[in-house]
Amino acid sequence: MTDNRDFTRRHFLTAATAVTGGVGLVAVAVPFVASFAPSARAYALGAPVEVDISKVEPGAMIKVVWRGRVIMIVHRTDDMLTRLATIEDELADPASLESEQPQFATNPQRSLKPEILVVEGVCTHLGCVPIARFEVGPADLGSDWPGGFFCPCHGSKFDLAGRIYSGFPAPTNLRVPPHSFVTENIVLIGADIGAT
Amino acid sequence: MAPIRSGLMHHLGRNLTALTTWIDARFPMTKLLKEHITEYYAAKNFNFWYGFGVLATVVLAIQIVSGILLTMNYKPSAEDAFASVEYIMRDVNWGWLIRYLHSTGGSALFIVVYLHMFRAMLYGSYKKPRELIWLVGMAIYFCLMAEGFFGYLLPWGNMSYWGAQVIVSLFGAVPVVGEGLAELIRGDFYISDITLNRFFAFHVIAVPLVLLLLVVVHIMALHEVGSNNPDGIEIKEHKDADGKPLDGVAFHPYHTSKDLVIILVFAIAFSAVLFFAPELGGYFLEHANFEPANMLQTPEHIAPLWYFTPFYAILRAVPDKLLGVILMGLAVMLPIFLPWLDRCKVKSIRYRGWVYKLALGIFVTSFLVLGYLGLQPVSDTYTLVARVFTFTYFAFFVLMPFYTSWEKPKPVPERVTN
Repeated sequence: MTDNRDFTRRHFLTAATAVTGGVGLVAVAVPFVASFAPSARAYALGAPVEVDISKVEPGAMIKVVWRGRVIMIVHRTDDMLTRLATIEDELADPASLESEQPQFATNPQRSLKPEILVVEGVCTHLGCVPIARFEVGPADLGSDWPGGFFCPCHGSKFDLAGRIYSGFPAPTNLRVPPHSFVTENIVLIGADIGAT
Repeated sequence: MAPIRSGLMHHLGRNLTALTTWIDARFPMTKLLKEHITEYYAAKNFNFWYGFGVLATVVLAIQIVSGILLTMNYKPSAEDAFASVEYIMRDVNWGWLIRYLHSTGGSALFIVVYLHMFRAMLYGSYKKPRELIWLVGMAIYFCLMAEGFFGYLLPWGNMSYWGAQVIVSLFGAVPVVGEGLAELIRGDFYISDITLNRFFAFHVIAVPLVLLLLVVVHIMALHEVGSNNPDGIEIKEHKDADGKPLDGVAFHPYHTSKDLVIILVFAIAFSAVLFFAPELGGYFLEHANFEPANMLQTPEHIAPLWYFTPFYAILRAVPDKLLGVILMGLAVMLPIFLPWLDRCKVKSIRYRGWVYKLALGIFVTSFLVLGYLGLQPVSDTYTLVARVFTFTYFAFFVLMPFYTSWEKPKPVPERVTN
């Protein structure tokens, strides 16, 4: 069968319809997908929080919540700080090169003031809350355990500066959130503007 | 008496026929019934393995009905969710029954579906010409996993919370876009009220719609090519003068009557769990989930529900986060490729060589051991064992093209055996 009808117009109309429809689909998809992102209220509730640490004794820890994440604030003793240096060869990232923290927290203590550690209690593996295990040499973690954090989900171990030990599933050190000291005893978590 | 009654029946029958004719002129009712039920021929040598498809449909129906009833009293908000589940358990008339039906049904559905998939591996049901049935079936399985995952957050217990936290964080492992993707899923910086609300939407409407559509496609594809059977031979190759397969019997009444017995036996086992051990020792409802969600405290030991634990064990066995996520994803996806990985022409295990029997045995053992390990707390020994069985799990699939080309199957009979 010979077919000498001219399909130019039909092809043009098909292409034009497909393109217009495609543009329309993408245009509709943008707001639909964007509606999945955190809302204005979620952002507002994620504003920085002030924490009074005057009552945190040396060797003690408090937990506060910022953006739904646990923030662990540890008042480290001198003894705890000296132990940090002794285990550096067992750590995966002792100098915090691969990890996330504000610039001021790349020192070995990973903190603004040496004794006050502010880290997110969010395991960098899959987001569980690591448990504070500050006692030295408990039965379940071994006699050489110098104190630190232990993730109950998949067994990752962190030292008292939130640095990850080698050979565990968590890839990086615990995150240090942006923070600053408003006064001697008030920490502002979520903003490092005016860091002292 | 008798003449009056038969007269009545006669009228009724005539009216029914008229109604059927009226409908058939407007909708292919009789045609569909014949194609899919009264004149759908399936092999006469089905064994009990062939009951799990029907059972899956039955449990899906249980889930839909009990699920709808649950939504009548459940509140998808972080503030109210946990309390509304307690309210259902204590104050709603028969609420405990409805909730336990749904929670037991969830686990039952996975048991039935895993056995249904194992049946396909026993008798080569995924092989030509049934590859599409297998693919659609895998899509159904993924939908069920999504249902299990989204639904598990809804009671807003602490295990719900941390289970969701772990799974959503998996997406965070994707390089570059990961964090943004996790935020897009949660709709927040953490698992919050916003996340719960959208998981509810996914669980009760988005995924079920897709799931039901896929089930229809699965059954249509099956009825197009015809069911496989324990001998793994095509009954359509031997037909009688009317074009009916010689070794086939009509789905109704022959297979339906047998299926009814299977459904009853299943219902007895299901009821035993439902009424006497709805938590099944923490395997169907985890104990940590009887505490409300607490973002400050991870449960001492996080384990997903048992049907995800083989894959969870693989995730934990890998010391690298991204690689762990990739291997876990692969472990879930690999069965998709079975129709092409398996090079053996013989379908049924009855006529396959010892190599495949051994491989299938290793696979089942790996799956079960990994499933057990995924439930246990981490320890050095368990991690080592998990690594070994992760290896054998992958070896089953990756080496399949080689050992199935090499295996020496037995001769396959022309007609089905008894």
